[in-house]
Amino acid sequence: MNARSAADIRVMRAYAIWTVIWGVVGMAVGVVIAGQLFDPALNFANTPLGPYLTYGHLRPLHTNALIYGFGAGSFFCMQFYMVRRLCRVNLLSAGLARFQLWLWNLTVVLAALSLLLGMNTSKEYHELEWPIDLLIVVIWVCFTINVVGTIYRRREREMYASLWYMIGALVGVAILFLGNGAAVPVTLFKSYSAYAGVNDANVQWWWGHNAVAFFFTFTPTAMVYYLLPKVTRAPIYSHRLSMFGFWGLMFFYLWTGAHHLILTPVPEWLQTVAIAFSMILIAPSWATVFNTYMTMTGRWEQMRDHYLVKFLVVGVTFYGLQTVQGPLQAPRLFSQLIHYTDYVPGHVHMGTMGFYAMIIFAALYYTVPRLWKTELFSEPLANLHFWLALVGQLIYNITMWIAGIQQGAMLKEIGADGSLAYTFVETVTRIVPYWKMRAGGGLLFFIGALLFAYNIFMTIARSQREIAAEEAYA
Amino acid sequence: MYRNPTLFLIVAILAFSVGSVVSTAVPFFLKSTVPPLAGGAIQPYTPLQLEGRDLYIREGCNNCHTQTVRPLYSEVLRYGPYSRAAEFEYDRPHLWGSRRTGPDLARIGGKYPDGWHTRHLVDPQAIVPGSTMPPFPWLANRPLDAAHTAKKMAVLHLPVQANEMAALNGKTELDALVAYLQVLGTAIAQPAVTAPANLTNPYTGNAAILSEGESLFMENCAGCHGIEMKGDAGTGITGAQLIDKNNGDEADIVTTAWEGLEGAMPSFGPQLGADRLWKIANYITSR
Repeated sequence: MNARSAADIRVMRAYAIWTVIWGVVGMAVGVVIAGQLFDPALNFANTPLGPYLTYGHLRPLHTNALIYGFGAGSFFCMQFYMVRRLCRVNLLSAGLARFQLWLWNLTVVLAALSLLLGMNTSKEYHELEWPIDLLIVVIWVCFTINVVGTIYRRREREMYASLWYMIGALVGVAILFLGNGAAVPVTLFKSYSAYAGVNDANVQWWWGHNAVAFFFTFTPTAMVYYLLPKVTRAPIYSHRLSMFGFWGLMFFYLWTGAHHLILTPVPEWLQTVAIAFSMILIAPSWATVFNTYMTMTGRWEQMRDHYLVKFLVVGVTFYGLQTVQGPLQAPRLFSQLIHYTDYVPGHVHMGTMGFYAMIIFAALYYTVPRLWKTELFSEPLANLHFWLALVGQLIYNITMWIAGIQQGAMLKEIGADGSLAYTFVETVTRIVPYWKMRAGGGLLFFIGALLFAYNIFMTIARSQREIAAEEAYA
Repeated sequence: MYRNPTLFLIVAILAFSVGSVVSTAVPFFLKSTVPPLAGGAIQPYTPLQLEGRDLYIREGCNNCHTQTVRPLYSEVLRYGPYSRAAEFEYDRPHLWGSRRTGPDLARIGGKYPDGWHTRHLVDPQAIVPGSTMPPFPWLANRPLDAAHTAKKMAVLHLPVQANEMAALNGKTELDALVAYLQVLGTAIAQPAVTAPANLTNPYTGNAAILSEGESLFMENCAGCHGIEMKGDAGTGITGAQLIDKNNGDEADIVTTAWEGLEGAMPSFGPQLGADRLWKIANYITSR
């Protein structure tokens, strides 16, 4: 192994480790805020830390830690890993990747502190104030230069499907982030959006919904296209289907942001366009699902035998369910019932816990032993993690769907005398039991993630022991 | 294309741009995106209200409260007139939210007296039993930091009256937040709620409904009027106090509760309906 590829491997190892750390932190905060929802005492509002720990501060911390910490870290690690393999060259610059690593970790820490202190723009998944936004831009530029620069130097004529999705993620996130982040600074810690009212909301959900595509979907899909053939030892079923899926997402996603704003003052034509294009999106999304299932044809016994196949195929299955459930939530008839209820967090967490996290877990289980040149510490433990994650996630989703429909229906119910059947707080106390069950589901998922972290770190420790043994032998 | 990254990047950006431009850039240039406000006028935020709005953002209120009433029958009944595009002209950023863990606040302005909010924000469960909202006790103790207010108003191009800046002196964070909440949704006049005429008490002498009346009173009224009805954020409504206010019998109580009092008490008619209001009124007079 030459010095350059050794430097690449060292930096990818660091990304893998920090991904696991930020993942555990973000999920722990998720369990805490799930508790805050049914027990206000968990906000610790009457303690000296109260001003920093209320739900309004911790909820953005939860989402941001899992987006910009756990998710981004795994994307950095895996894009670097995949681009090197698929282009058969070293990274353009391991030094740049290392600079990006520390800038990214610094940014995650600053982001967490600023959110605890209440510095936020209020825009969902884009809460960080402008100086941190600028750091994120620098990180993303470094990342893009490194990945695209490596692609330009490749020794493989054709770009494989994973590379398309990686390029799509790099370009898409960049444009969305800049478009929605436009703001006028007042102080170092405070800025106001460049847009007002209806247009601000519309731009926000153009970002919000397409972050789901270009952030939460594209790199995990690249991982699926890379890992599935590696793990199953079978070629992807259809190259053409993956092209259709890629260009379909690339074109149709951008029209759908306003389905987050159904029946708000946003123009009706925009809502209708968003609903129609949401329906169309089922097709390109399912291209990935079909491709996965068809690749598995004749090999389904691997679902029983190989833990990584389980993670991948179940992850893609939840992606398939997610991309049917999502479009069905868009039409006004259903939206008016479930919008603003728990049904939506239930939906979001099928995507994040069932697809996004499942694929990231699989990717690290696959990559970490290869980066450290050893075997995974414990497959039975990884299997246990799989079942905890699956059961925890299903408890989360199903309780929230029931709670959402129930509360939505209660809020709409009109009594015989024409008055509202329930006050708002009556609808809240009725769904508190579901909130408790959801916290239980989240806790199971979190315990699974702790096993994952333990397994990863024990794998690394085993590698250190093996190296020490080899050196002693030599 | 799959062998030429430059071409691939260009085509990808083009594919990305079509929908982006049509759905986000075009609406900026269409007059129909923000039609003029019929039957109302939108006022820019005052310095105090703007500081309150920034505290609303700091505390992350938008994580649990939306600010758009949808044009649905039950929603208009619960919150008031549905939201219009022009009402958000000065909202940078918008605060529409995405989840109603608590109720919508688009029409909260003027619904309750200031005293309701100051008590509720510091101890929500004291006013709304069963509420899961966290308390915000520090707001009442912290003086409002007005160091950047002038710059904020300038960045947003909001007009400033000289006395408005002076009025920030001595205000707490709670004062600012309440000032913001009290202006929300007030650009459109709330339609007057009128109780039915010729109300007759269906429960005269019926002691069986009093326990239900009591629990309804505790859930909906005690927060302001006190468990003993001696008054708190709201006025006292013991027997003698009611006679003072010409609210001596159950029909008077039902009418007042149904219609509410502007700036002092919400109209409970659409929320609770005749039957529940009669039960409450009979409980009040039974005491």
